Parts: sequence; C-alpha cells; structure tokens
Amino acid sequence: MKALHDFVKKYEPSKENKMAHTVFDGFYTFLFQPDTVTSDGTHIKDGMDLKRLMVNVVLALQVLYIFGTWNIGHQHFLALGEHTGLLEGFHLKIVYGLIQILPIFVVTHVVGLGIEFFYAGRKGHAIEEGFLVSGALIPLIMPPDIPLLWLAIAIAFAVILGKEAFGGTGMNIWNVALLARVFIFFAYPTTISGDEVWVSGIEKVGTEYFAASYNWAHGLFDWIFSGVGLSQFGAGGQAVVDGWTGATPLGIAAKEGWEGVTAVYSTDAMFWGGIPGSIGEMSVPLIVLGMIFLIVTKIADYRVIFGGLIGFVVCALMMNAIAPPMDALTEDMDGVFKFMAIPWYYQMIMGSFLFAITFMATDPVSSADTPTGKWIYGFLIAFIGLIIRVMNPAYPEGWMLSILLMNTFAPLIDHYVYQANMNRRAKRTAAMAEQRNELITKRGDLPVFDENSDYVPVGNTSGQ
Amino acid sequence: MKSLKRLTGILSLMVLVNLTFQSQAQADGGNLLFYGLAAVALLIFFFIVVSVADNFMVIESNESGINGEKVNMGLYPRISELFSKKTPAYLEGEHTYKLNKGYDIPLEGKASDVVDGSISATRFAVMPPDFIGLKPIPKVIVEVGDSVKAGEVIFFDKKKDRIKFVAPVSGEVIEINRGLQRSIASIVILADKDQVSRTYTVPAEGASREELVEFLLESGAWAGIRQRPYNIVADPEVTPRDIFISTFDSAPLAANSQLQIAGREDVFQAGIDVLRRLTDGLVYLGLDGREEGKTAFSTVRGAEKRYFIGPHPSGNVGVQMHHIHPAGVGENTVWTLDVNAVLVIGEIFKNGRYNSERVVALTGAPLAAPRHVRTYTGANLGELLAGNTFDNVRVISGNVLTGDAVGADGYLGYFESQVTVLKEGNEAEIFGWLLPLKPRGSVSPTIPTFGDFEATTNTHGEKRAFVVNNVYESVMPMDVYTQQLMKSILVQDFEAMEGLGIYELVEEDVALAEFACVSKQPLQNILRSGLNTMLEQG
Repeated sequence: MKALHDFVKKYEPSKENKMAHTVFDGFYTFLFQPDTVTSDGTHIKDGMDLKRLMVNVVLALQVLYIFGTWNIGHQHFLALGEHTGLLEGFHLKIVYGLIQILPIFVVTHVVGLGIEFFYAGRKGHAIEEGFLVSGALIPLIMPPDIPLLWLAIAIAFAVILGKEAFGGTGMNIWNVALLARVFIFFAYPTTISGDEVWVSGIEKVGTEYFAASYNWAHGLFDWIFSGVGLSQFGAGGQAVVDGWTGATPLGIAAKEGWEGVTAVYSTDAMFWGGIPGSIGEMSVPLIVLGMIFLIVTKIADYRVIFGGLIGFVVCALMMNAIAPPMDALTEDMDGVFKFMAIPWYYQMIMGSFLFAITFMATDPVSSADTPTGKWIYGFLIAFIGLIIRVMNPAYPEGWMLSILLMNTFAPLIDHYVYQANMNRRAKRTAAMAEQRNELITKRGDLPVFDENSDYVPVGNTSGQ
Repeated sequence: MKSLKRLTGILSLMVLVNLTFQSQAQADGGNLLFYGLAAVALLIFFFIVVSVADNFMVIESNESGINGEKVNMGLYPRISELFSKKTPAYLEGEHTYKLNKGYDIPLEGKASDVVDGSISATRFAVMPPDFIGLKPIPKVIVEVGDSVKAGEVIFFDKKKDRIKFVAPVSGEVIEINRGLQRSIASIVILADKDQVSRTYTVPAEGASREELVEFLLESGAWAGIRQRPYNIVADPEVTPRDIFISTFDSAPLAANSQLQIAGREDVFQAGIDVLRRLTDGLVYLGLDGREEGKTAFSTVRGAEKRYFIGPHPSGNVGVQMHHIHPAGVGENTVWTLDVNAVLVIGEIFKNGRYNSERVVALTGAPLAAPRHVRTYTGANLGELLAGNTFDNVRVISGNVLTGDAVGADGYLGYFESQVTVLKEGNEAEIFGWLLPLKPRGSVSPTIPTFGDFEATTNTHGEKRAFVVNNVYESVMPMDVYTQQLMKSILVQDFEAMEGLGIYELVEEDVALAEFACVSKQPLQNILRSGLNTMLEQG
C-alpha cells in the first residue's frame, strides 16, 4: 500500500500549477484517504466525511440503475410486441438499456465534473464531492431518449448557476440535479413531456409509431449474439403493436382517472415498475429498499421522508374529499376530478413521489436545517407537490417544482424554528429562575424542574 | 404519560379526519381504507376499555397501600422500562436527568483503577495561558533561582491584580519560558523532596463574604474558580447566581473522579462548605448516575445533588447547567469548579496548607500500562510517562477532544487530570473513505465499531462547507442549534449568538460535535472566537 501511495505521490504536480494540482488532488483523495492529521481542536475525528456521506446515496441508487437499464429495453421491446416476458430476451434488454444510459451517464459526468474541476482549479480549493450524488441522480430522472447536447447544456446551467455561483458544494440553495431537469423542462419541453418520450427508440411517422432503426452499436452486439447463438436486434423499423401507447400512468390519469390507468397498466406493473417513465424512478420496492437503507444508516433524514409521506396522504385524502367518489364519476366529467378521486395508495405508486422524497428532498445541502424544520419541509414538499401534480393542467407531475420551491423556502422555515428556539430558551430560563427562588426559600423539599414537570422542551431536545 | 396522551390525541384526531373525508365516499364493500380504519377504530376502542380497567386496578392498588414503592402496577410496561436500563435503586427519589444524546468514543487504553504510587514528577509548571481572560504578559514576581513554598504567589494579572496565582509545589524556580510576543508561557519549578506549604490564617467561622473572597484571592485557591459565560477566571467583583461542580468526567478515557476524592472526603466537604458562603444561590453537584451505587460524592452535605445518566458529554458542567439552570450574562453569571479546585479550597480551610495534589490518569493505547498516578498540578508529562518508549505518537495534556498537544516535554494543564497518548495518523489509507478497514470511531451507523479500538489523529477526510445532516444535534444533549450558532458567530450576528445560546457553551461542550462533524469544521475555535467577541463587546 505504501509503495502504491509513493508511486502516485511521485506524479504530484507543483502547487503553482493550480489546475493540474487540483485535478491530481481530486484523483488522489479519491484513491486514498489523505495522511493529514488533526492540528488543533479535537485530536481524533469521526470516520465519516462528506465523501462517504455522499457515496452512500450513490450506493443506494445502484439497484435503480440496474433496474432502469433493464426497463429501458423492456419498454422498448414491449412496444414492439417482442420479448414481452420479463426475462425473455434479457440480454437484448440490458444491452439496449446500456446503449441508452451509458452516453447519458458519461455526458453527465464529463460536463458536470469538468465544470467542477475547472472551478476548483481556478479558485484553488479541493474538488468537492457534491457532484458525486448529483451526477448519479441526473441520469435517473431523465427520459431514456434525452438528446445529449441538451442534457449537457442543462447540466452546465445547473452546475454553474446553481452551484458554483453560490460558492460550491454546501453553499448551493437548490438541488443541482433537479435544477438540471427543470432547465430541460422549461427550455426543451418536448423532450421531457408528452406521451412519446418515455419509451426509448420509438419514432412517430405521420400518425403511426415505428421502431427507430438500430445503430452500429446494436449491430456490433448482434454480431456477438449471432456468434453465441442468442436472439438479435435485427434491423429495426418495425411497427408498434396495435393499441400501443407510451403514455405514463399519470398522463392517463390526468385525463381519464384511475379507470383509464388500469385499462392500460395493472396495479402490479405500476408497483413493481415495469412501466414507461424516467429511467430510475419506476420501481416502488427498490426505491423503498433504498429508502430503508438511507434511513437506517442515517444518511438521509427520516423526518423529511416521513413528513413527506404524511403530507402526501393528507393532501390526497383532502382531494378525495373534494372530488366525487370513485364510482360516481361519469365519462363527461372533467379530468381533474377523476384525477383527484384517486386514493393516496394508488397515487403513490404512480409517478415518482417516492423517488423524489427519498433521494431529492433529503439532500443534506438544500433541505431545511433544523429537525423540526425538516418535518415541515418534507410535509410541504409532498403537499404542494401533489397539488401541482393533480391541479396543473399542463404536466401531470410536481415533485421537481415543489422541491425547488421548498428549497427556496427552507431558510425561511429554519428562521422561524430558530426564533421559536430563542423564545423557548428565554422562557425556560425564566421558569427555572422562578423555581430556583422556591428552592432557596424551602431548601430541599421541593420537586424539581425535570422531565416530569409541565415544561417539556420541544425541537431538538425532544426525547432527551 | 404526557407523550402517551398526546399520541392518543393525535391518533383519534386522525381517525376523525379520515372518517370525515371518507364520509363522502360510499362504503360499498370494496373500500380497503374504510375497513382499515374501522379495524383501527375497533382496536383503539378495545385498547381504551382495557386501559381504563387497568387504571382502576392501579388506583385500587395505590389506595390499598400495597404499592408503597411506586413500582409499576399497571398492565403495560412504562415506556422508560421498555427502552432503557433500569435505573439503580439508589437514584429513587433523587433528581435524575437522563440524557440520550451523546456518544462515548470506545477508545483503547483506559487507566486501571489503582493509584500507582511509584511514579513521581520533579518538575512542575504553572502556565498563564491556561487561565482565560488574563493579559498575555502577567506580572511575574519570582525570578529564576528563587525558592518558593507551595501556595506562595508567583504571578498575577496586571489588570485583575487581586487574583493571585501561586506555586503548586515548593521548590526552586528553574525556568521562566516566554512564548509569542514575550508573553509568559510557563514558570517551571523544581520540586523539593519534602514539600513545604506556606501557612494560612483562615478566616473565622462567621467571617463575611468579603473577607472570605479576599482570603481566597490571596491564598491562590481562586485560580480554580471559573466563571460562565466565557469560562474565564472568576471576577471577584461579581457575586455568582449559583455555583456548579461536576463531580465526574465523562470524556473518553477520563480519570476516575472517585480516586481523586478517595480518603479526602472531609476535605471535599470543607471546600463545599466554603463555597456555599460565596453565593446567595445554590451549590449544585453534578453526579454520575451511571455508577452502580452511592459514591463518596453522594454523601456530601449542603449541596443540591443532581444525577446525570447518559453518555459523554453528560459530565460536562455546561451540559449539566443547561438542564439545571442555564447560565447567562449579568445576574445569571455563575461559577464552575472541578473536583480538584474544591479539594484545594478544602485543604486550605481544613488543614491550613496549600496542597495541589491530584490523581492523574495516564491513558492511551500506546502506553504499556495505563493507570492513575498521584502528583501535583502542572506535572511534567515526560516524567509521568517515564518507562514508555514512543514512536510517532502525540502526547496530550487532557483528553482527546479538548486537550492540548504539548508533547512529552510539556506540562499538565492547570485544569487537567488526564494525559492521553495517541498514535499519529499520518498515513494515507487506500479508499479509506469507502472501505474503512482500519478501526475508527464514528457516530454514523455506516462505520460500525466493535469494542474498543486504537484511535489515530488522522482527520479521516478534508474540511468542507457545513451540511445540514443534523449530526451535531444527535450528539449534543442541549436545546441548542449548534450549526446555526456557529454560522451566526462567523457572520458576527450578536443577537442570534445570544439567542441561540452562546453564553451556555464553552469549547468542551461542542467538542463532541466537532469530532462527529462530517465537514471537519473547527467548532471549538469558532466558538472561542465568538466568545472573545462577546467578551470584548461587554
């Protein structure tokens, strides 16, 4: 180990060459935990650092990457009516998914990390690990056919204006990954909304849908597969199956309600995730797995997640109360009523609520600071997000917008929590002063201010 | 009981809200939610019936007097019985605070519980920088070569000249070391074989407070009294609201305070009796509720005893004060002492001599035999650690969180009763952030620690901006938003600093948060700069 370390250290550029040194330092600290020792303050330090904190989120996302890769291929072949079984043509689905997802992943990291390296070099500070998570999240929240150029522009926008302009990781006020998505959403809406974009490799010719022709990469794999006797992609260009629609459950629900959704997708499919949508946010069980992992390891704050779940259920129940009951809906009713009538547990398995509340809202930089604030923050994200999802006529999903909105308001929430804390502390000291006077007059035989007395501190001392 | 009430309140409210909402839907047999709620309601109904019946039983048993010891006669276990260790019987009826937040870093190298009499130091130092709130260049009234008795004045502050600082041992002054800008770093005394103390004329039993204060200032015992806020040497002009004494140290590998008082209980009691006369308020003793039975401190008379059960920092006097009665500026100014300072006062009043004897823990994994030794204030660390050979280690006066890395030539700090030796961590670790193969302490569940481990001084990561993952709150058993306080110090927002509780904190209280910080921020330094600003502002 020492030999390897010395070997790497041999190539360390001089400190004057800022850019080269920063880049070296970035890779060096990735490979090794550096040999720095504490200088003043505590003499030992916790083993947890920001890199480790961030990489745990990336670990939790890995199952979603695998599932997402398969699902891209699965949806593609489902549209064509080929290999409709879950494991049929598994190799083709994975390869197809990889051919779609790898360029997205590479572009995301080249652009994002490139900018990060550039700014770190210019400012002469270490490369920070914030993009580790952003870079892992961005591919998962994009449609599989996202044009790479626009993706690159969006990421450049998000990283420069959303992060570096504020001073880098830890200083940004908005979630960088969502900022990239919202940029595409407003700048290139056709690539990220509508019924066509969620299934990869389907083209519209006139009014009919056809598979896009496969490219050289597929050809290369076809050559390999034919060599080992597996099924192959072929030339492409076949027509889709009759009655195919690439619409997401939410897209249907906004117009036709739950009945319309179940006509196309089964509840099981929506739960397990074999439906069209953004790459990583389909599978409820896998997201819940990640959620449990993050909560148990305390990487993500459970308060945001549970606050969000409560907010979601409350908002959905309120909508149910306003809307006519499910079985009283008629054909000619407005779509929004049908959407509102859907109960919360069905709302939850459609769309990307669970993904957003687990991985996006819990971002330890842009979320609220205080424990109490985190409950409020999570609750409001879900509450407002569901309103945006259901009531907004243009786009049937709302987490991106509601999280960015609450990112903006998180400091305000915290401000009031701090004010409450100041008042509470002042009151508490006053109450204790009174008790002290009593204690002095009747030395000894008075019950004392403790956890059984009427005053119970709230906020971050609850449960002390 | 209160939380249970609140829980049932919330539950029934939620049921009510749900039912209201569902009243619009038709319960046609397919409504899962409706049946679910009905089932929950039924369960709650049965629960209430059973609970009411159970309560009658408890009331009955109380009235018939069979429950004299207030044990739980109900059907359900109390929540505290379910999740915590049973509190020992001796705490029954005592004021006990249970702190759940905090962390005991499981370090190797705990001192064994015997006092080794064979080790003794010959050189002792008084270091003016140990006393916060003094001018950097005090007036030194001894010269190299002078011989002094224990308790004789050797220097005092030019501004606060009533407070006298004295020699811890009798002997010859051999060095007066200067630090930055001609400040006095230390005054070293070579101790005599037979210790001689100066003699005192102790004030009479009924002496006024002024006389007592004047005597303590002149005697040299005053130096052990510290004032909160700011942790400065106590101001003789101020009458403290209360006096707080923590009788145990919960820091990693800390010295066992039972050994410090063993055999000197009457001296400690004498010290407490003096302190009672210095305040109009109360003298509070913070005791360790994790002890198995009553200790020598439990029998002290004339002080309000408060027991604290919980991991570090439960032994910090600041944390104890936060729960008993927080400190503040003005009329909320309080004094704090440690066990050794009380013993010094007690010794003067009881036996009429200055005796700075203290039991010091020599700890740390690199030591061959970690143990307690008996020595005097300011002992030379190298002499205490004689017999150990070290390679690439850091010798700390104090504990791993707040101590000073003075090295093997250094001296024990005035307020310290612990020496820690740590291995330096100046070795890079491949993928150390991803695969923590070498043992390290952590409050994070992603880095499990199995039993005690040997810590190093490696930073385990680089400094970053603050992130809001609430790790400070998870180790601070105080109603304080540490991170926001730090930020308000950095931007010099005085109002926020005051409101968020800067007066209640000193470095040792945030030390554990600094240890746990994922961004490796220097919280203790930030806090001290904030305290200095507030001190200057008056």
